[in-house]
Amino acid sequence: MLPAPDNRVQYLVGKSDGTLCVQPLVPYDELVCEFLNSLSAALLSDEAAKLYPDVISFAYWCRKANIARLKREFAETHIRLGLGMVFHITPSNVPINFAFSYAFSLLAGNANIVRAPTKDFPQTRVVCGAVSQLFAEEKYRKIADMTAFIKYAQDDEITSCFSARCNARIIWGGDQAINNIRRLAIPERSIEVAFADRYSLCVIDGNSILQADNETLNRLASSFYNDTYLMDQNACSSPNLIVWLGKGDGLTEAKERFWACIYHVTASKYELHPLNAVDKYMLVCENAIELNNITGFKRHGNYLYRIELNSLPDDMDALRGKYGYFYEYHAEDINSIAHIINTKYQTLTYFGVDKSQLLDFIVKNRLSGIDRIVPIGSALDISVIWDGYDIVKSLSRIIDFK
Amino acid sequence: MFTLNDIMDTHAFSLEHKEKDELYLQALSDLTKHHYARCSQYKRLLDLLGFVPDQFKRVEDIPFIPVRLFKKYDLLSVERSQVIKTMTSSGTTGQSVSKIFLDKDTSAYQTRVLTKLVSCFIGKKRLPMLVIDSRSAIKDRNLFSARGAGILGFSMFGYDIAYALDDQMQLDIPLIQAFIEKHKDEQVLLFGFTYMIWEHFYSVLKAAGIKLALNNGIIIHGGGWKKLVEQSVDNDTFKKSIFDISGIARIYNYYGMVEQTGSIFMECEAGYLHASIFSDILIRDHRDFSSLPAGKEGLMQLLSLLPLSYPGHSILSEDVGKILGEDNCPCGRKGKYFKIIGRIKNAEVRGCSDTYAAGA
Repeated sequence: MLPAPDNRVQYLVGKSDGTLCVQPLVPYDELVCEFLNSLSAALLSDEAAKLYPDVISFAYWCRKANIARLKREFAETHIRLGLGMVFHITPSNVPINFAFSYAFSLLAGNANIVRAPTKDFPQTRVVCGAVSQLFAEEKYRKIADMTAFIKYAQDDEITSCFSARCNARIIWGGDQAINNIRRLAIPERSIEVAFADRYSLCVIDGNSILQADNETLNRLASSFYNDTYLMDQNACSSPNLIVWLGKGDGLTEAKERFWACIYHVTASKYELHPLNAVDKYMLVCENAIELNNITGFKRHGNYLYRIELNSLPDDMDALRGKYGYFYEYHAEDINSIAHIINTKYQTLTYFGVDKSQLLDFIVKNRLSGIDRIVPIGSALDISVIWDGYDIVKSLSRIIDFK
Repeated sequence: MFTLNDIMDTHAFSLEHKEKDELYLQALSDLTKHHYARCSQYKRLLDLLGFVPDQFKRVEDIPFIPVRLFKKYDLLSVERSQVIKTMTSSGTTGQSVSKIFLDKDTSAYQTRVLTKLVSCFIGKKRLPMLVIDSRSAIKDRNLFSARGAGILGFSMFGYDIAYALDDQMQLDIPLIQAFIEKHKDEQVLLFGFTYMIWEHFYSVLKAAGIKLALNNGIIIHGGGWKKLVEQSVDNDTFKKSIFDISGIARIYNYYGMVEQTGSIFMECEAGYLHASIFSDILIRDHRDFSSLPAGKEGLMQLLSLLPLSYPGHSILSEDVGKILGEDNCPCGRKGKYFKIIGRIKNAEVRGCSDTYAAGA
């Protein structure tokens, strides 16, 4: 039994009598796949959903072809079942993350209690509405019985109560949030998957920028915008550091060409909040006072600030820009930046760089960080493999059978 | 090098645009050079931002620093041994506060300029004064909080000073009645912070149904409208409400900050805030920090000719305002007059950060 809904816990989706079926399914169970396909179709035809690009990208992720592809790639030889009940604590400021977290765990075969953002996002309402409607259909009853979306203001007592019953706990959040939640126990056999604060970088080959035609470059700029500005450069996979590869001569020109395009996109699309403009100006003043490795500062209005560094400190991941604030560094050889990579590093986005060279960089240097290497434009594309985990595998158990 | 003594005998609201512009370009260039040579952090940031202190062509080219910088760093343009007072902003517990370091000269300028400005509104004669605050606000004289400093600063205009609130912040009505009785034939000055006057003076009297006979009173108040805006109290409502319970018709708001103490902006009889010859404002577009013309809302850059011991002569505030005009206010004073729209609002931050720590 779960805590009954009261004035503290609100059930957005799920039975209000507080019962939940916690019997697991096999990963990529057919009914689950079909349910996600239906959810995709429902959202894609929902007029309200069309207003929110994040809802659409979730719907697009759930579509039949994508789930089928993930199922193929799963290619598991062991027999598996979900762990049982998974308790999700999702970020308060990302409206759609809870839906992805739910879908990943459902694909693994689990019953789910998902804490949705406390704030009243329209995206949350749209997704919950579509899910509730599908749950009204008899054929999805089994999944409905395994699902609860809840909402509550921060409350250790409630978090403890759900934690004490879960087979796995998923925490998306800042380091401080994770540490706070970790103090609340989960059962001995239960596992925890924590998606903590991460740091990301982007590697660009200068020569490739010079050789790109205008159309390629404009597409690249828009992709870069989506990786960064779309989430105020505040997502874990949005790059803070831009590493330029190539020989000195044409590099300045390449940089100017690239950033001019970025500025063009941001000035027409990005809504810069006055307080954030002041935040950026404050940060450049702080950097000026505190850092000794700055060789230049370039401003494109207040939309784009660039700090050029002539060396990268070991604690580079402490330097974080927001709202379009980038640290730039020129490396003739990518291997020369190996010393900065630690477990904080998550995503490396790239343009014009040979993929195998990047893979070698991580593997041959035996680096402890960087879990993703994706082209510019895919930084925010979340899926079942994230932060170095296969979430479906992590949330299911093997039945060893001989 | 410009010195403030050059203009101490000039009428505080006398310079027209062209004269003031020439004065400011010279004076602010000199001040920028002064701080660049003496404050290492200030030099570092001007160097990175690409400002060369000798080459300003227009007042709007003078660099500004964000007001929050005073919360993060100790910014001094004098040796620490020269510091005679450290003023702090009145942050609530847990918030960081601005620290402003004053030497003898800057401190003296602040007093002289404040005296000069306020006397333009209430005359040169000292008046019996009722402070709408408690005496405990000025107890610690070493660390000057904005509240304590404001009270002490304005106390220069008063004599027979009484404090209307006791240490528990309760309104001492018998004391006020005695004060009124004693000075019933004189003009009296009331001073306090806008919110304190509203919360601890007006609201209490209103609730008790008490009306005071203060028709000869003048109120000067400042400190910001943030809490009153939350209660939907604007300047007009404030004035009318105070008049209703006290008969006071002369109510002057001022806008000032601890980072630029002394060169405050006083509200005139027409209800507008005024820049004197000692200070000025520019409005900046947040998208590129370009300077905006009168009538446009934007971030307020505050200029003051007073700060010598710390680099506070040109500050980017976190307030949004709008210039209404220059040299043509119905009150007759020269210089820019303007309106504060309010503090810049907190933005909704996107991104995958706090599930829990932020208490969301």
